[in-house]
Amino acid sequence: MKKINDRQRTFLMITIPILILFFCFNTLPLIKGVIYSFTNFKGYGSYDWVGIRNYIDLFQDSRVGKSYLFTFKLAVLATIIVNVLSLILALGLNSKIKFKSTLRGLYFIPNILGALVVGYIFNYFFTYILPEFNKMIGGNGDSILASTKWAWVAIVLVCAWQSIAMNTIIYISGLQTVPEDVYEAGSIDGATGFAKFKNLTFPLILPFFTINMVLCMKNFLMVFDQIMALTKGGPAQSTESISYLIYNNGMSGGQFGFQSANAVIFFIVIVVISIFQMNFLGNKEEQL
Amino acid sequence: MKKYGEKVNWPITILLILGLITVAFPLYMTIMIAFKQPSEMTNNIHGILSFPKSWSLENFKEAMRVTDFWNSLGNSIFITLLTVVVSILIHSLIGYSIGRNKDHSKFYKISYLYIVSGMFVPFAILMMPLVKQTAQIGLDNMAGVIILYVVFYMPMNVLLYTGYLKNIPIALEEAAKVDGASTWRTYWSIIFPLMKPMHATVAVLTALGTWNDVMTPLVIMSGSGKNTLPLAQLNFQTQFGTNYNLAFASYLLAMLPILLFYIICQKQILSGVVNGAVK
Repeated sequence: MKKINDRQRTFLMITIPILILFFCFNTLPLIKGVIYSFTNFKGYGSYDWVGIRNYIDLFQDSRVGKSYLFTFKLAVLATIIVNVLSLILALGLNSKIKFKSTLRGLYFIPNILGALVVGYIFNYFFTYILPEFNKMIGGNGDSILASTKWAWVAIVLVCAWQSIAMNTIIYISGLQTVPEDVYEAGSIDGATGFAKFKNLTFPLILPFFTINMVLCMKNFLMVFDQIMALTKGGPAQSTESISYLIYNNGMSGGQFGFQSANAVIFFIVIVVISIFQMNFLGNKEEQL
Repeated sequence: MKKYGEKVNWPITILLILGLITVAFPLYMTIMIAFKQPSEMTNNIHGILSFPKSWSLENFKEAMRVTDFWNSLGNSIFITLLTVVVSILIHSLIGYSIGRNKDHSKFYKISYLYIVSGMFVPFAILMMPLVKQTAQIGLDNMAGVIILYVVFYMPMNVLLYTGYLKNIPIALEEAAKVDGASTWRTYWSIIFPLMKPMHATVAVLTALGTWNDVMTPLVIMSGSGKNTLPLAQLNFQTQFGTNYNLAFASYLLAMLPILLFYIICQKQILSGVVNGAVK
């Protein structure tokens, strides 16, 4: 009996300190964030309780509303673009091609680079190179980053450029799990081209589709670096993502309490979307 | 292992090579601008994208000086390396004790769910309280950033380690126990080495994430006067002014370490990323 107790004691001595560490730097700030959200704390000085005032204001604040609309537009569009292109790219990279591993390696490069520096490079591209092409085809040569109507497209493009690499690699590993004889059986039944993809390949790699959807959505909803490097939320606050707004107004704009309330809502939104996605896509998998 | 009759699909190969332009163009542009002098940048595409007159390293020297490159690089390496080492040690340990107990103990089951659910907590909500908290206890510096990374990556890494542990039969430990070894010693001499493939995955994922992260060092250690590589880019952006050649030399310098690392360890990085995502 003593041996078992020793073993259990070892486990507890490992687990409890680490749990405390995790609590201190994850759960505790989370609780504090929730508490701050019920105050008018500016980030310094004294503060008062304001009850649910911040939450009421939040739903009436047009700047917050705009940032949610922008972030969702970006996340949904970028997720669709990235998944369609990655899937096509993965099918290509998984077919019988020459230089297979070299090509795979090269296509992955965007993913290892820092989003901030990539953002700065594209910033230059959108400001100086793209307008020149635009002039060539008879446009007015304005930068899309300066346009309230089009700046968000630039951000979608940069997000997609980096994320496609990651999603492609996941799809390739998915495609490799599809056994060769499935295709052989399929070709006997006359499945070719798109029908083969839709009825055979896609259902079999559905779990990988789920992973990619969840990963993409979550990452894009939290977009920050790209905004920082490309537009800093502008022009006219048209590209303020939720994370950027919380950072900008909460840290230096004297809205610590108010933006804490925003962060709480954002947290709930992320949890709901993640659970919804996993359940929805999980159910579909089971049916197949 | 090529079967006979399998033909290389040249049209797709060529399309894929052409598609590489989208990856290569921004990098090509970066290299061209980084080596040029401002006088060579006539205001048209040709001036920007043509080869420089001479491949001078002057811009890089200047960019290194302006952005305090070597110190930033040192800080980035220090933070990333320490985060990875501590993560592997601590996360594998907690993964082990949770993984071996969560099926028969409620306490470990709850601990597991508690840590893993931390994955859903966005940094945005922790950011502001953490800035206050780390400043109060004197952790608004690199040490604080490392501790935070170890906590932030814990949910994912614990998930990975407990998942991998299922493949390691418990009989191995029981054999060691019969020989009189303690659980602690058994872990380090038998289990820890056996989890090597997972250590590689955890190292790759944690390192890529911390190396390129801007937000955590930005809010936690911006008052410490120290920079990481991405943070230096952010902080010195205004100093470049309109000298884009200098700025691009600096961007290239910032990307170079991870690119070199990728060239050397490409295989490990790719398999690490796939393992991490699929598990």
